[in-house]
Amino acid sequence: MAYNFDWSVLWRQPYGTWLLQGLWVTIKIGLFSWIIALSLGIIIGTLRVTPWKFTRFLASAYTEFFRNIPFLVQLFFWYYAGPMLLGDRLGHAINQIIGLNYYVAIFALGIYTASRVAEHMRAGFASIGKEQYQAVLSTGMTQYQMYRYVIIPYALRVILPPLTTEFLTIFKNSSIAMTIGVAELTFMSYRIDAETFHGLEATTGAMFIYLLLGLTVVRIMGFIESRFKIPGMIGR
Amino acid sequence: MFDAVIRNFGFLMGGFGVTLELTACALTGGILLGMIVGLGRISRSKWIYVPVTLYVNFIRNIPLILVIFWFYFVMPIIAGKPLNPFISAVISFIIFEATYFGEIFRAGYQSISVDLIHAAYSTGLTYSQTARYVLIPIAFRRMLPSLITQSIITFQDTSLAFVIGLEEFVRRASIVDNLEVRSIQLYGFVGIVFFIFCFIGSKISLHFEEKGRRAGVL
Repeated sequence: MAYNFDWSVLWRQPYGTWLLQGLWVTIKIGLFSWIIALSLGIIIGTLRVTPWKFTRFLASAYTEFFRNIPFLVQLFFWYYAGPMLLGDRLGHAINQIIGLNYYVAIFALGIYTASRVAEHMRAGFASIGKEQYQAVLSTGMTQYQMYRYVIIPYALRVILPPLTTEFLTIFKNSSIAMTIGVAELTFMSYRIDAETFHGLEATTGAMFIYLLLGLTVVRIMGFIESRFKIPGMIGR
Repeated sequence: MFDAVIRNFGFLMGGFGVTLELTACALTGGILLGMIVGLGRISRSKWIYVPVTLYVNFIRNIPLILVIFWFYFVMPIIAGKPLNPFISAVISFIIFEATYFGEIFRAGYQSISVDLIHAAYSTGLTYSQTARYVLIPIAFRRMLPSLITQSIITFQDTSLAFVIGLEEFVRRASIVDNLEVRSIQLYGFVGIVFFIFCFIGSKISLHFEEKGRRAGVL
């Protein structure tokens, strides 16, 4: 079977626009779910090191739950079963929302990635010496102030490199949103295949778009890392 | 409560069997190729190092779903006839996971210091004895926790074969769900099964990590 390559599906209309639209949706899902992941992840990561057994248990149960179930299954659960869990009336109302799959994807990816951010936070806290905690408390700060003003900002700066990796992963994982019909980049390349039978060219193009996106993110994060790196610590 | 699961238990578990088969094939191929990739990553010859590094960095920046689609589209062109989605999925998993396993092996190989090799030689061990009794046991113990963790991730990743219509665990659950509309119990059940396997796996990984730390190799 001779295959006739047709690379023009990457720029010919409407396909070129589809890919760009897909890229835009991928970026939006990545950024919005990153906001959820970072804020929730910081809270849960901090709960894991608090002196109270119960909150520590809750936080580690959260991490175990999200880490041990494939993201695809989580996404399906929230999208298909989520509205049912809320009862008939509320569930029905939620199912009427236009673009529900898009919001569910952001929510699911956000709370999933939060569990990974929380793990990095824990490692960051572990890297801070006991003396530092004691020193902070001896200045008269409360537990809350200690975490808010000293420990969390310090831990965040320590774990910036792994957070960069996590930030890259969130864009890659956003591709799984295509399974519930979100029109992001992978979805669009598949859609081009459905219309033109030139899926090979479309997915190859999408691969390079993901690569460019990744390189851009690394550039931006490299700039942020160099600005926030702790003086005297080993940089990259 | 789990009525739809019980009615379709055989069908669902058949899907889980496919998931296990996929995992077994992906792990065997991924780990074997990963060993070679790891060697390539520490090679002194740039003709080996550069292409292998490009391959690893390229694949690691691309979503797995896209790799699955790509092989799904490219395999019929190479083979000249439509290919079984299982084979195409297995090939994409091997190519994808080998880059992750490769980095684990690279780290394992690099964790062996030259001093240790010299020390082994100085006690009179031959090259093969050094490899057999010193290098491989230590490197293996160091890598084992990461290898198990990556195997768990591979096990979870196989669910993405869903997208090319392969009837693995999640696809079968969604087939039943389309007929019976019991999303909570069906996806809940799939989640629980995955959770049990992965949770046990992560505890095993942790066990070996602790053991390695106590033995002082980590």
